[in-house]
Amino acid sequence: MLAFIVQRLLQAIVVMMVVGIISFSLFQFVGDPVNNMLGPEGTTEQREKLREKLGLNDAIPIQFIRYAGNALKGEFGLSYRMGKPVDELLVERLPATIELVAVSAVIALVIGVPMGVYTGLRRDSWLSRVFLTVSLVGISLPTFVIGILMILVFGVWLGWLPTFGRGGVVDIGGWQTSLLTLQGWSHIIMPAITLALFQLTLIMRLVRAEMLEVLRTDYIKFARARGLKSRDVNFGHALKNTLVPVITITGLQIGSLLAFSIITETVFAWPGMGLLFLQGIQFVDIPVMSSYLVLMALFFVLINLAVDLLYYAVDPRLRAEHTGGAAH
Amino acid sequence: MNDRERRPLLEVENLRVEFPTRRGTLVAVDDVSFHIDEGEVLGVVGESGAGKSLTGAAIIGLLEPPGRIASGQVVLDGRRIDNLSYEQMRRIRGREIGMVFQDPLTSLNPLYTVGRQLVETLQTHTDLGDDEARERAIALLSEVGIPSPRVRIDQYPHQFSGGMRQRVVIALALCINPRLIIADEPTTALDVSIQAQIIVLLKRLCRDHGAAVMLITHDMGVIAETADRVAVMYAGRLAEIGAVDQVINHAKHPYTHGLMGSIPVVGHDADELVQIEGTMPRLTAIPSGCAFNPRCPEAFEHCRAARPDLIAVEDSQVACWLYDPSVERAVSLE
Amino acid sequence: MSTRIESAVIPRSPANRAADALRRFFDSDVYFSFKRSPVVVIAFFVTVLLFAVAALAPWIAPHNTNEVATLNLMDARIPPFGVTDTFGNEGSAKFLLGTDDQGRDMLSAIMFGLRISLGVGFASVILAALLGTALGLLSGYVGGRLDSLIMRIADVQLTFPAILIALMIDGIVGGILPRALHEELKLYVLVLAISASQWVNFARTVRGSTLVEKNKEYVQAARVIGVRPLLIMVRHVLPNVTGPVLVIGTLSLAIAILTEATLSFLGVGVPVTHPSLGTLIRIGQQYLFSGEWWMTIFPSVALVILVLAVNLLGDWLRDALNPKLR
Repeated sequence: MLAFIVQRLLQAIVVMMVVGIISFSLFQFVGDPVNNMLGPEGTTEQREKLREKLGLNDAIPIQFIRYAGNALKGEFGLSYRMGKPVDELLVERLPATIELVAVSAVIALVIGVPMGVYTGLRRDSWLSRVFLTVSLVGISLPTFVIGILMILVFGVWLGWLPTFGRGGVVDIGGWQTSLLTLQGWSHIIMPAITLALFQLTLIMRLVRAEMLEVLRTDYIKFARARGLKSRDVNFGHALKNTLVPVITITGLQIGSLLAFSIITETVFAWPGMGLLFLQGIQFVDIPVMSSYLVLMALFFVLINLAVDLLYYAVDPRLRAEHTGGAAH
Repeated sequence: MNDRERRPLLEVENLRVEFPTRRGTLVAVDDVSFHIDEGEVLGVVGESGAGKSLTGAAIIGLLEPPGRIASGQVVLDGRRIDNLSYEQMRRIRGREIGMVFQDPLTSLNPLYTVGRQLVETLQTHTDLGDDEARERAIALLSEVGIPSPRVRIDQYPHQFSGGMRQRVVIALALCINPRLIIADEPTTALDVSIQAQIIVLLKRLCRDHGAAVMLITHDMGVIAETADRVAVMYAGRLAEIGAVDQVINHAKHPYTHGLMGSIPVVGHDADELVQIEGTMPRLTAIPSGCAFNPRCPEAFEHCRAARPDLIAVEDSQVACWLYDPSVERAVSLE
Repeated sequence: MSTRIESAVIPRSPANRAADALRRFFDSDVYFSFKRSPVVVIAFFVTVLLFAVAALAPWIAPHNTNEVATLNLMDARIPPFGVTDTFGNEGSAKFLLGTDDQGRDMLSAIMFGLRISLGVGFASVILAALLGTALGLLSGYVGGRLDSLIMRIADVQLTFPAILIALMIDGIVGGILPRALHEELKLYVLVLAISASQWVNFARTVRGSTLVEKNKEYVQAARVIGVRPLLIMVRHVLPNVTGPVLVIGTLSLAIAILTEATLSFLGVGVPVTHPSLGTLIRIGQQYLFSGEWWMTIFPSVALVILVLAVNLLGDWLRDALNPKLR
């Protein structure tokens, strides 16, 4: 068990290092920081001074170490575009994205999983067909179209909900949350649903596919052959086996939510990290791009780690290494 | 064949299992009738695809759609069971009819401990409390030959070897003392060295618990060792059925004869193994008349014209025109 | 009896062989399940229709919206035919679906947009399929470290959603190339970025098939004889993977179209001179509040119908070709 965790941690560190190197390379080879900051007007002398100041004349390994050191401290330099330290910008925007993703994830899971289970168990009921049709439309609707439609219906035509921004925020120990006010909720509800919809349909189809697969197995047949009650077969045996692989995918979905939040934030002008990153790409703001990359990698690695641990806890086959040798 | 005061435990009458497909209806089990007495072991043999497993599935009510019982009946202890509702059938399953499948690896839920699966089955059909059920489970594990049952009861299926797993499966099938066990190729997925042990175990337990067995297999050796009577199936139909000694050593149906002759016997000198030409027909292309006639060395004209019913010959029953004295055997098809 | 023997001996002409193949297809399970599902048939025809429109756009579009010179700002923001907007302007038959803020006819813009969306989509999928198949074959056949490496990369890449990968590649290229060159190459970069995010699915499937074939005896036999086992394997693997690759390809196409639309919507996709459906939607979003909904809704509808149709086809294809469900 311990070996498992250590192995996973090591993998995580390796990935982060690789990402760090890629990110560092961005700084080195993509664009010229001096050019970006001074623009075309700077004199040669100014450039030299800036180069010296930024430590760009040092050997590359030294620069990398410095970069890594700074990164660990959370310093990624100054944004080219905005002039502010990147980490400040990120911290400012982090709560907005995290809350959006969290609320979306909850919506997607709470609705998606039961729908998936239902359509798996009752394959031919009309409700299942409805769900399936809706889900097919759901994965064909791009997130931004959903967002726009919602804005059109609920914002423009009905005027019920606000269509951009977070509304007022409440500061709790440095974390600015919009979830404590009704106004905050009215702002978050549309973006959250928009973000959740795609994932919800994906989860539903996944759970359904797994469920159908499980229901075909021999152990389910054997369970029925033993006369176990349908409820025990479906919600005990079948469900448990269905959810195990679903855990991994769900973990990956959260990562996907993080990525898709970029789109949602754009549509609803939600002041999160995604928007920051997008603007960074458009302006080739390297510090922002590379720090976002590192941050995302960190999130994904952590999520994967959590999913692995969860998997380990749930599936006894993974714990098999040490226990009793079966004689024959 | 003595007087039978009691009726047979299981009577299958004119069972017909169909699969509606877009190319028409496939008949997988065609007008099959047999019976099993209390405590006896009936072997059901035949090649893959002969309909043996489907017959077993039909009896226990676990035919997978679109397969369905088109006609005929299944009578358990005088009570018709093929037309019961799912819930009614569920109560019979496990308690009166048990089933053992071929692959012990996939028969057990990998996420539940062995003990949990046993206790669950016990508690579904009886009102044993948790502790009592657990004790009973431990006793069962011990009975099927699992060492250290108190420890192993909390282990997961993947921690058992193949043979051990099949023992657990047998324990699960027998735990409520059903009167009939349908064993569908119970040893095919096991190592040869283990097969014998499992068969011996199965036979002993069933005798001890008073359960009859419908032993479905394509392994004649197992049948010779274990069965009291044998039914031979071909292309969804019964070819021959009788006492094991009769069928094996004095096969009457040409197909059975071919089957027996194709098995090498230790200590027995033969120049050639008997080989039956051709292969069993697919369900979509069953010959008219007797299904075996294209391959049968003794076929004659009438064999192609009409399908034979089971005819009593000495102590067995054979579906072959050779044994019908009223049929003209003038023209051979050779 | 005798006619059958004859036909086996006499070689069939190409025309006869084609006729045979066609007859076999129409007799197959695949076609049968196709006919039985009205939804899929509709999806098929819709897809064909949209493909045709996209292909023929330069000839059948009422206006050429790509010629910037022909755009007239006086024609901007006109509502669709039969609709009167909040400012009192009326639609006309000249611009059936209205115009956008540059004076582009929506109907034509949508047609050209479809052309771009489908073009980028197809190019990406084909590239991804080629890349993925090649890597899958290589990975499966060579095995060992190369296999582990490729699969590792695939695993890591799978954890990052397509959008993110595409964005990163676009961003990096944008940083490396001078601005002008980047603009020119934007379309190619886009195709590259999208295919980079899609190759993994192809690679995995082909690799799986390759592994299965590799262990078969004929490969060992080939080695013994001295024939290149790789060539023989490819000949055996490719027919086996055609089905799954087709399914993955269709679903990949839907994702590629969506990804392109999303990237264009975000402003990092196709250049503005050749607006795709995503670009149109972005432009139109600004005018939602002034009640000029048509600029964003019509392209959205077109996009959704396209992706829905492709998804339906892909779904059906997957079920029809799945041996387990037959």
